[in-house]
Amino acid sequence: MDNLTLTEQCIIIGMCAAGTMICRFLPFIIFSRNSKLPNFIVYLGSVLPLSVFGMLLVYCLKDVDPSAPGHGAAEVIAITVTVLVHMYKRNMMLSIALGTIIYMIEVQFIFR
Amino acid sequence: MKFQAFKFVFPRTLPILTGFWFVGIAYGTYMNVAGFSFVYPMLMSLIIFGGSLEFICVSMLLSTFAPLSALVVALVVQARHLFYGISMLDKYRGLGIKRYYLIYGMCDETFSINYTSKVPEHLDKGWCFFFVTLLNHFYWVSGSVLGGILGDFITFDTTGLWFVMEALFVVIFLEQWKNDEKHQNGIIGIGVTALCLVTLGKDSFLLASMIIIFSILSLQYLYTRKMKGRLLPNG
Repeated sequence: MDNLTLTEQCIIIGMCAAGTMICRFLPFIIFSRNSKLPNFIVYLGSVLPLSVFGMLLVYCLKDVDPSAPGHGAAEVIAITVTVLVHMYKRNMMLSIALGTIIYMIEVQFIFR
Repeated sequence: MKFQAFKFVFPRTLPILTGFWFVGIAYGTYMNVAGFSFVYPMLMSLIIFGGSLEFICVSMLLSTFAPLSALVVALVVQARHLFYGISMLDKYRGLGIKRYYLIYGMCDETFSINYTSKVPEHLDKGWCFFFVTLLNHFYWVSGSVLGGILGDFITFDTTGLWFVMEALFVVIFLEQWKNDEKHQNGIIGIGVTALCLVTLGKDSFLLASMIIIFSILSLQYLYTRKMKGRLLPNG
């Protein structure tokens, strides 16, 4: 880590921050002036969320190793439990806690 | 007013406290092992506030100086936030100066909570959004600092605790599924991303998924407009 000087490190961190902030602020900057949003953007705002939550749900699984013991069974079971508990009780904390506990038991004691 | 808002949102952020401390401690430890003082993960979490990019940033700090490619990588990794912004244009409107911080701190989890939580009438929406953003930011920074300082001392078995994030996204998805009549969009989101992950691998699936999802949704828009045009020739 002596490759980079302190200034260079700051620039790299600054670039990462800048990239993040461009992506976060851009829609608000583009569409701040006109009080009425274009129809297409209103449409996107209404259809994107469900697609994006679906995308995040898969994105969060990206580090799962398919060659690990169980070959994904642990994830499938824990997600199923989370979904069923949530459909039955509709209590966010309960569904998340139970799903996570089941998953931890699976990977620590069953699929290992 | 503010306290009421805080009381309403705090329990909703608890899964994120668990998840961010888990991932944040892992991240702080990772930087610690790479030879950085805890000040690095602390400032990076405070300034960048984006988990996956911060992990990537560590490897950038360890290789040769390439600021432009750092910016490009950051834009690619964070492009999904464009979707969050478009979805939040309306909800974050008219919230005064707080708005800038809300946008600054809109990570995946903050967006998910703020988009889906139904704030009761008597509470101030702006403060609810603000506290969700602030608490999540605080959880992430404190997790990274903890990892950076005492990463190696944590001995109990946390294997699998990361799943708290997955469970959070599953539950958020279900809630949105119930609120949203257009279920096909959820299936598009899961299906396209899963397909890209399997075929392209974890390093390049995300951008492709976003482009394909965006294209399908745009085509859907053009198609419904065409159908409407047929029914209502003047509209």
